[in-house]
Amino acid sequence: MSSKLHFITDGFVKNNPTFVLVLGMCPTLATTTSAMNGLEMGLATMFVLILSNIVISLIAPMVPDKVRIPVYITVIATFVTVLQLLMQAFTPAVYETLGLFIPLIVVNCIVLGRAEGFANKHNVGESALDGLGVGLGFTASLTVIGIVREILGSGAVFGWKFISGDGILAFVMAPGAFLVLGFLMVLFNKYLAKK
Amino acid sequence: MEYFLIIVSAIFVNNILLAQFLGICPFLGVSNKLSTATGMSGAVCFVITLATVVTYLLNRYLLVPFGLEFLQTIAFILVIAALVQMVEIVLKKISPSLYQALGIFLPLITTNCAVLGVAITVVTKEFAFGGGAPHLFNLGEAVVYAVATSLGYGLAMCLFAGLREHLAGNDVPKAFKGLPIALITVGIMAMAFLGFSGIV
Amino acid sequence: MAAKSTLKNMALCLTAVCLVCSAVVGGAYAVTADPIAEAAKAKTTASIARVLPEFTAEPEQGSIAVDGANYSYYKVPGTGYAIISATSGFGGVLTLMVGIAEDGTIHNTTVLSHSETPGLGAKCTTDEHFISQFRGFDPAAKTLAVKKDGGDLDAITASTITSRAYALAVSNAVAAFNKLNEGGLDNE
Repeated sequence: MSSKLHFITDGFVKNNPTFVLVLGMCPTLATTTSAMNGLEMGLATMFVLILSNIVISLIAPMVPDKVRIPVYITVIATFVTVLQLLMQAFTPAVYETLGLFIPLIVVNCIVLGRAEGFANKHNVGESALDGLGVGLGFTASLTVIGIVREILGSGAVFGWKFISGDGILAFVMAPGAFLVLGFLMVLFNKYLAKK
Repeated sequence: MEYFLIIVSAIFVNNILLAQFLGICPFLGVSNKLSTATGMSGAVCFVITLATVVTYLLNRYLLVPFGLEFLQTIAFILVIAALVQMVEIVLKKISPSLYQALGIFLPLITTNCAVLGVAITVVTKEFAFGGGAPHLFNLGEAVVYAVATSLGYGLAMCLFAGLREHLAGNDVPKAFKGLPIALITVGIMAMAFLGFSGIV
Repeated sequence: MAAKSTLKNMALCLTAVCLVCSAVVGGAYAVTADPIAEAAKAKTTASIARVLPEFTAEPEQGSIAVDGANYSYYKVPGTGYAIISATSGFGGVLTLMVGIAEDGTIHNTTVLSHSETPGLGAKCTTDEHFISQFRGFDPAAKTLAVKKDGGDLDAITASTITSRAYALAVSNAVAAFNKLNEGGLDNE
């Protein structure tokens, strides 16, 4: 069992989607204006990732090679639509905050990438764990970026303000996303180089 | 007049890459050379415009009348995948050299957030240009918006590719080499484009 | 590893996938249709409760056209109207819900959606001084415009455009209210 756990830990460091694979950049930059938003976006993506990995690893042997991309996209789009409906019904506030980026999970390179690169070659258990690992890695990255941007930009963490007034607002706006991601990538690369 | 405002807004004020964060993956991946950047922008422009028209009509005449808006995501992405496939086939026949030049990037346009993003924005977001009441785009405005958005995409891509070609020849600290310095450069570009906000 | 790419296999596979996916999505839609409607209603009722005094009656929805623009509103019999009004702000559309009591004074306003700049125009949701100006505002006695434009309202610091858009949205709502009243549409 412990040999399978590496699928999960890989998602955090070796296969970190944000800092190593550099996939799923669009939601990473757009939804990390606060720690909570980043966390919610990561969890939403993880939901789709795990389910699509499971289903695709199950049907992969039966799917003819030429139509596999449209089939995978349809499967992923189905889960994204289900997620959309569930969020609209039970978490409407989060649905509104994340807005356009929920349906955009369907074109998130991470989901199709793991389906094409992993799930269709491994069994269900391993695919599920891989989805969980990469999903957790993605969520962790988004949350960290969100924390940094929220601290610098609003003087708050998870909504708990520790200064009165505003922080350096550039960080919750467009430029801040790129800058924070760039600098965090430097730190991550330095950490990887040391290992 | 309203069309002009849509164009200015889509290219500068709400630049799809620098303000809306759509289409980042190919932006970071393709932009190290100006020639590939221009080729990619052209292909994306074509796909975005075509996809917007088709998905707009699909939404207007099929999804909305039957109350099937919840199928937007699935329907739109399948339309886009089909369109890109068609463009590939057509391009292979009429311009094999361009087809070769674009290589892997053409099928990758399917997963470009910008295409699906613009398609969804056009049918769901209300705009108020020129002081009118906020309303959803009609087909003409949608086409103008799509074309202008892709022009904005191309502009940001080409500006960035130019910068990156310079960066490659410069003395960048080792930890910053490659993506980190590119991201920081884009951040400063985004700051510059922030200056356009409020014009429209 | 995968099945052979014959025409029959491909067609079969695509059809099967489409059918199953349609069933899944259709099922999810059926299950969530009611909760979605309830969530939307709860949100609207919460907004109306923010802009009008306490009420127990059921809000009735309606829509009225003023100068070519459509305004949807919620009438609470015995209390007043909650009118949704949208204008062009600094960064995009600014949508407000304006609660107008039966005597024509504004009870309160709330922002339903905006794209204003954080730290500047976005203060339209948090700046207590700015928002409190609209509470109990009597459009008949004072002018609904920022002081720069000859009105009686203080703008948000460094956010004149947002403040103007906000004032315009409120005054449009008042115009809709007046038209509703004169049209004799209140039928109690």
